[in-house]
Amino acid sequence: MNTFFKADEPLQRVDGKMKVTGAAKYAAEYVLPDCRYAVLVTSSIAKGRIKSLDTKAASNAPGVIAVISYLNAIRPPGYAADNEHPTEPATGGQPHRVFYDNKVYFNGQPIAMVVADTFERATYAAHLVKAQYIVEEHLTDLNKNLDKGVLPASAKKNPKSPLADYDRGVVDGYKTAPVKLEMEYEHPAEMHNPMELQAIVAHWETDDKLTLYDKVQGTQPTQQNFAKEWKLPPENVKVIAPFVGGAFGNALHNWPHETAAIIAAKMIKKPVKLMLTREQMFFMVGYRPGTFQRIGIGANRDGKLVGISHFSIGQTSSYEEFTESVLQQTRMMYTAPNVSTRYRILPMDVSTPIWMRGPGEATGAFALESALDEIAYELNIDPLELRIINHTDQDPERNMPWSTKYLKECFKLGAEAIGWNKRPLKAGTLSDGPWKIGYGMAVGTFGANRRSAKVRAKLFANGSLLLQSAVTDIGPGTGTAMVGIATDAIGIPADQITFQLGNSEFPVAGNQGGSSTVNSVGSAVLAVCDVLKQKLLEMANQNMPEFKSATLEQVTFSNGGLQLKGGSAKTTIGDLMKKSGSADLDLIEEAKPGPEAAKYSKYSYSVHFVEVRVHSITGRIQVTKAVTCADAGKIINMKTAGNQMIGGVTGGIGMALTEDAVMDHRFGRYMTKDLADYHVPVHADVPHIEVRFVDKPDYIVDPMGTKGIGEIAIIGVAPAIANAIFNATGKRIRQLPITPDKLI
Amino acid sequence: MEKENATPNPRRDFLKKSSLITAVALTPTAAIKAADNQLDERIAQAIENVPCSIEINGTKHTMKIDPRITLLDLLRERLHLTGTKKGCDYGQCGACTVHVDGQRVNSCLTLAVMNDGKKVTTIEGLANGSELHPMQAAFIKHDGFQCGYCTPGQIMSAVACIREGHADNEGEIREFMSGNICRCGAYPNIVAAIQEVKKGGKNI
Repeated sequence: MNTFFKADEPLQRVDGKMKVTGAAKYAAEYVLPDCRYAVLVTSSIAKGRIKSLDTKAASNAPGVIAVISYLNAIRPPGYAADNEHPTEPATGGQPHRVFYDNKVYFNGQPIAMVVADTFERATYAAHLVKAQYIVEEHLTDLNKNLDKGVLPASAKKNPKSPLADYDRGVVDGYKTAPVKLEMEYEHPAEMHNPMELQAIVAHWETDDKLTLYDKVQGTQPTQQNFAKEWKLPPENVKVIAPFVGGAFGNALHNWPHETAAIIAAKMIKKPVKLMLTREQMFFMVGYRPGTFQRIGIGANRDGKLVGISHFSIGQTSSYEEFTESVLQQTRMMYTAPNVSTRYRILPMDVSTPIWMRGPGEATGAFALESALDEIAYELNIDPLELRIINHTDQDPERNMPWSTKYLKECFKLGAEAIGWNKRPLKAGTLSDGPWKIGYGMAVGTFGANRRSAKVRAKLFANGSLLLQSAVTDIGPGTGTAMVGIATDAIGIPADQITFQLGNSEFPVAGNQGGSSTVNSVGSAVLAVCDVLKQKLLEMANQNMPEFKSATLEQVTFSNGGLQLKGGSAKTTIGDLMKKSGSADLDLIEEAKPGPEAAKYSKYSYSVHFVEVRVHSITGRIQVTKAVTCADAGKIINMKTAGNQMIGGVTGGIGMALTEDAVMDHRFGRYMTKDLADYHVPVHADVPHIEVRFVDKPDYIVDPMGTKGIGEIAIIGVAPAIANAIFNATGKRIRQLPITPDKLI
Repeated sequence: MEKENATPNPRRDFLKKSSLITAVALTPTAAIKAADNQLDERIAQAIENVPCSIEINGTKHTMKIDPRITLLDLLRERLHLTGTKKGCDYGQCGACTVHVDGQRVNSCLTLAVMNDGKKVTTIEGLANGSELHPMQAAFIKHDGFQCGYCTPGQIMSAVACIREGHADNEGEIREFMSGNICRCGAYPNIVAAIQEVKKGGKNI
């Protein structure tokens, strides 16, 4: 049973009832009159040109309205005009232009699309489209081309970019340490695989007004992208996404299928619905790039780190540069005087990756936190103790103070909960029959990001409050958190507050990503509530003699009303508005980070502790216990925040033990292309997970004191598991996923 | 569908235009003629309209349906019962779980016509009017979801799991719920919800 929250205690999810009754509507579930179905046909080669495309049989199949390809597709006017391969070597590039020409850049690329009156007819006809290719030699194997990596364009332009080469102290100073290790780590491409398939309903309301019901993490970023692509004023593009069935990063980018559906809707002059198949989800909507890392680490006998050198190379596509922050944790987490990081990318004939939960940081933490564990054994020092020895009270990368850092409290909370003191220092000592038992831990960190955001508030004469923001909710419970912030701020009961989201016409909000939503949008909720309170106070000053000279400090806002502190005078908001003859209040407020924030380094922290059992004969691995602790600032809702943490640990179990997108490099094509081949954790893989929050506010980041949870929940989980497996078996596996064959 | 077949099909115009637009004649004249005569549609109509009667959430639906349509797509695309979710279409994720004659079934793996004469319950039919089913209430209480997309399938499966007698302890629940994937990773909370309903002892 859960112990991190009392189920009855915090605010329940405001959209919970809709989700448990099937009333919540996701992208493909909007019913538009005359809507037609589109099904994509994809390439079976990784690189080359389409020699011929036979669409005759498909066009003649019953119910088919159009077969669209580069041969007949209308061109979005905003497509870049160049006909040439846009990047070689990678220089930034651009998103794939679907149906632009006959070139194939990756296996599984959309090359045609059938539109029909029913899904069955479209699916059947799509199988009738036949392509012939001029095949060119492709490059898809990262590990065989590690020497071909390039510096990202942004790092070339700006040597201060976090992606640029970084040196502190002496280059490769770790080599001078009395104890030093050099290791190589790698993990394969991993697929986000949210449960909701990527889907879109595209509808041209008029020739120049487009409405999209789309699975996206940002309604307004999507609006801007498609406004640019179709050369429309942004207000002519409306994006609706109040419910998003998971995304984990893969809806932070707009993908070829979205443009394809918009093209089809334009061509047939009817709404078009397109939902990818699970197989197609492996080929064109991003993934965590396969990455190879090399670490050199050196320490003194007392455990003080002398240096870390960390090299990383990840894959990107040939046409669009993708980068992520793999090496940040290595630069800022530990005191080591000599730190060098090198980040490279390798453009290949694959589709573009996209940030996947704990983007980059989860990749880097696997190598760094494994390496810390490895050197701890070498030094015969407890790995938790080693981290305390190298704990730093200011950011060694930027020489700035931390806004807040309660990492040591996380260590304490987690060590107690898992029973860390029972962990044997020597690997391979604990067992229970054929099961070897081990304990491991690792640290994760992610920037406490905040952007500017606006929120609209409508306060009605009955005292109820409506809040609106363009932000989306991919699952963390954004609406619930916002209602929680508002009810705390203005004292209107939660059941009288509605938070509407997922509509590009609502006030400004960016993508839901980078653990920034509560920090950014929550601040705007607070700002708009502050103005409402001021306005209500003014009404009371003018219309209620008892409140005549009252200031904000002298008034409490609670139970839907105002009360003088230390007095009996009070009123409900509804009565006050009536008495004042006030119309509904309707206002928009913006909140943005202040200059003070720039003086600090701001991070959330997590520490994950796990117990694993490894079967000595079969190599079967089970995570039997997990404790996850976070310094994520003030926790707005223990229930939804705790759920995010267990979700991150679950994702980390997948990363550590099961998830592996296997490509057959002869064809440059993934062989794992459904959930039977690509294993995400299921119920049986996930134990009871304990969650602990430090729950101390960080007012440098934002006025609520929050720091962000979504990313740190997964960052560090995979190395914690790898470290536990070493503790159980004495076998160090540096290639994810750690499958039984690697242990026997 | 019947309605659409009765109206002149606008696709003819599009195909004709598109063959003119594209210099490469993708749609040969003969095919356009066949399409003009609506021969293909007439043949299709004969084989794509199979009579079928299914009781869904207590309401009998008598329809003529394409034999290729899955129960899942019938629910979502024809009847607009979109509470049942499509997560893979291969029977691997459980998001489409419904009850057919009381048994939990992946509705993407069963053709709609195979369910002629059967009784189907979907998530929309689980609550008693505005009163939530105990499993739905327990999922809210224990926060057994995040994005909500797998949730209807988890709940339908969870109800069946208890009815089957496979919910006696955490380990058993995890095993017998493993056909329902939750990528958000709310598993421990789902298990807690199922345990509470099981312990509540109500006849669900």
